[in-house]
Amino acid sequence: MSEISLTVNGKRVSGAAEDRTLLVHFLRENLGLTGTHVGCDTSQCGACVIHVDGKAVKSCTMLAVQASGSSVVTIEGLADGADLHPMQAAFKEHHGLQCGFCTPGMIMAATDMIGRHPEGLDEATVRAELEGNICRCTGYHNIVKAILAASETMSSKGKVRQAA
Amino acid sequence: MGIEGVGARVARKEDKRFITGAGRYVDDMVVPGMKHAAFVRSPHAHAQIRNIDVTKAQAMPGVIGVLTGKELKADGIGNLICGWMIHSKDGSPMKMGAWSPLAFDRVRYVGDAVVVVVAETKGQARDAAEAVDISYEELKAVVDAPKALERSAPQIHTEADGNLIFDWELGDSTATNAAIKAAAHITRMKIVNNRLVPNAMEPRAALGHYDKAEDHYTCWTTSQNPHLARLVMSAFYNVAPENKLRVIAPDVGGGFGSKIYIYPEEIICLWASKKTGVPVKWVADRTESFLTDAHGRDHVSTVEMAFDKDNRITGLKVDTIANLGAYMSLFSSCVPTYLYATLLSGQYDIPAIHANVRAVYTNTAPVDAYRGAGRPEATYLLERTMETAARELGVSPAELRRKNFITAFPHQTPVIMNYDAGDYAASLDAAMTAADYAGFAQRKADAANRGKLRGIGMSCYIEACGLAPSAAVGSLGAGVGLWESAEVRVNAAGTIEVLTGSHSHGQGHETTFAQLVNQRFGVSIDSVSIVHGDTDKVQMGMGTYGSRSGAVGMSAVAKALDKVEAKAKKIAAHLLEADEGDIVIENGALKVAGTDRQVPWFQMALAAYTAHNLPSGMEPGLKETSFYDPSNFTFPAGCYVCEVEIDPDTGVTEIVQFVAADDFGNIINPMIVEGQVHGGIAQGIGQALLEGTRYDASGQLLTASYMDYTMPRADDLPSFKVSTSNTPCPGNPLGIKGCGEAGAIGSPPAVINAITDAIGITDIAMPASPSTVWAAIRGTKH
Ligand code: FES
Ligand code: FES
Repeated sequence: MSEISLTVNGKRVSGAAEDRTLLVHFLRENLGLTGTHVGCDTSQCGACVIHVDGKAVKSCTMLAVQASGSSVVTIEGLADGADLHPMQAAFKEHHGLQCGFCTPGMIMAATDMIGRHPEGLDEATVRAELEGNICRCTGYHNIVKAILAASETMSSKGKVRQAA
Repeated sequence: MGIEGVGARVARKEDKRFITGAGRYVDDMVVPGMKHAAFVRSPHAHAQIRNIDVTKAQAMPGVIGVLTGKELKADGIGNLICGWMIHSKDGSPMKMGAWSPLAFDRVRYVGDAVVVVVAETKGQARDAAEAVDISYEELKAVVDAPKALERSAPQIHTEADGNLIFDWELGDSTATNAAIKAAAHITRMKIVNNRLVPNAMEPRAALGHYDKAEDHYTCWTTSQNPHLARLVMSAFYNVAPENKLRVIAPDVGGGFGSKIYIYPEEIICLWASKKTGVPVKWVADRTESFLTDAHGRDHVSTVEMAFDKDNRITGLKVDTIANLGAYMSLFSSCVPTYLYATLLSGQYDIPAIHANVRAVYTNTAPVDAYRGAGRPEATYLLERTMETAARELGVSPAELRRKNFITAFPHQTPVIMNYDAGDYAASLDAAMTAADYAGFAQRKADAANRGKLRGIGMSCYIEACGLAPSAAVGSLGAGVGLWESAEVRVNAAGTIEVLTGSHSHGQGHETTFAQLVNQRFGVSIDSVSIVHGDTDKVQMGMGTYGSRSGAVGMSAVAKALDKVEAKAKKIAAHLLEADEGDIVIENGALKVAGTDRQVPWFQMALAAYTAHNLPSGMEPGLKETSFYDPSNFTFPAGCYVCEVEIDPDTGVTEIVQFVAADDFGNIINPMIVEGQVHGGIAQGIGQALLEGTRYDASGQLLTASYMDYTMPRADDLPSFKVSTSNTPCPGNPLGIKGCGEAGAIGSPPAVINAITDAIGITDIAMPASPSTVWAAIRGTKH
């Protein structure tokens, strides 16, 4: 058992975890943040994607103890109070989800993707970048559409901000 | 159509919780005192259990209980059953082997559950599971269905001699043989439909809670049909009487058929909870899902299609061997029979059809319905054969199909189905136009200049949905009726709850069902709540599968709304001192037609509950129930066109365009319908290009993780061009046909027809992976 402490969605949290405890299990079981899902055992489905120190990470592929001292954002911490993040809004608007199981990981991966492509996104890039996230329901069509739309919204917001 | 009514592209109400991480799936449930289960599963495909030693496991840290099949049996828990009786052509009933939730004498596939360990944590349960010592005597295994029928094959169940479960036929063999004999041309093919693993992204899970004080059980489970789960666990598995068993299927992360069935794990979690005195949760890991979720497809068939000299089909003869795996899953027997052979007429006027189906046991995971269930197998067989026939006859594949289309309705096929309505030429034309079929030759030439092989393929599918008229399926062997129930409760202030036996696990019922209410009463969809998935709330229901929730589930809602409307109008007429027949509902108010006299919806509702001023003799309250039993199947149909480009150096196939033109009848929410088609197409393309389930000869599943089983990913697929035409279904009050499975049914043959067209070969095995395609281009065996 190790004591770990980290910042999750802006709050300092601490707790004890077995050395073998994965970060995703710590988030789900110790902190009750069940929005982050587990869809596989081999680090491939992306249902567990969160942000650790600003980077998208598969939380099933990191030990809880490794995250000690880090700052973590999960799907529960993405919206700004009652205001949805533009990516969340775009997934709803464009029907980018059906059963919702892959959705938190998709949204967290997608926001990271936009951050890494300041030049903007096109369909081929979005599809290539989604390589680590599996969805069985949507055929990706509307997920791609949602990410492209959010990317537009976020960059036009950014431009407005710059202009102001 | 209002902005929230039928036909409107309304964003989903349920999305809010999913996009904010607030969905509630079974693994998210926590009840006080809850502990964790891990299963010890057979590492062998076929073996006799010699001894089970749990002493070491019992002494491990955190262990609460280690339970075996002998104890389960001693407590009277029953064997798992298949609920659809099929009779062989000699009249004998299907041969169902015993399936104990925990194996105690013999194991029959890798993953067969043998022991369950309950411990404080999941980790401790797994550690202890590894310490259980089971000695096995390995037996010879067989995984391939045709091989299982050979004399030398190992015998899997004593009940099924030669591993044959049934040898069933449908249609007229004399007429079909005569048609083949008289044919001007016969197209013959061997068709293999590859085994698939459904892979809903949420792994199966169950939480069983026995409440000693009440002598009552609650089961949270990843189910598409919680009521059926309760019925079966109660009536057949002897877990608890129905009034002592509550089954809840909360948010469920996809099903595709695989979550219809009642599996050993949910029964065991309930039983183990009573045994150990603690609530017991089990969540499958992905490899467990690969090993033990019911798989789909796995047919090997031969087909002969006879044509006259005018290229009209005169007969179709099919012989199929269906692999049902190691045990008969809940609906396994109806998939390769009544959901398959009844669709062998496709969209075509075929005077004589005969199908023979042998279902066999093998040492593999049980096989049952997976998105489409039988209908994809029928469509693949038929549409591959049509394509090959067109090439052999030297005619255009589109025109050969068009020539043979059924054009007059109703149409009685020789294989039970009576098609009520359709316009197959309309879908064909729509798909060919959308795909710019006429411009293909130029695109092929351009591709050739770039060193690429370009091909085009089509598929015209039909399916039978809206399962199903209860009496009809009863006469065919179904153990249950396939109606649906609905209850509409209008609250005193006018908001509405709709309780439905349908279950949403991605289909968006919370939105579409509310749209229906909005259409009828003008109440905003935010004032309508859809309640489902809990046997304590909804009295009874048959669940969601076979694209039945719109055609059957919503029809039940529509019937209940009729009753509510009738009573509401009576109340309004009384309040307005008008004639009941003059009341119309508009913009959320009940009005006297042609006047400005009206009572708002909420005021009418309040009047129903205050009961101060109701028509004499009327009971207070406003709540109505309906059980809707469909009068026929529904028949969605359409045409899909796939265009591929293959790199001959690597064998990589790129889908350069995919067009779907579907006829789903009336549509409640086009956005949701399109989403269903997208997902179905992705699964169909997955089957055609990527997904191969491989067992080695000893019965080890080689593709038991996402490292080995190729799921379609975003960069394997294009954006799809989908459109719908809407010939209303005459068989239900809403004119809905169903759209959930079409994509998975129509797409595999379109993809393979395109690939074989590009390479210039007759056939290629699914999945047509790069190495398979590369070998085919070189004419070598892969
Ligand atoms: S659970 Fe982390 S990638 Fe699948
Ligand atoms: S929405 Fe169900 S897995 Fe993506």
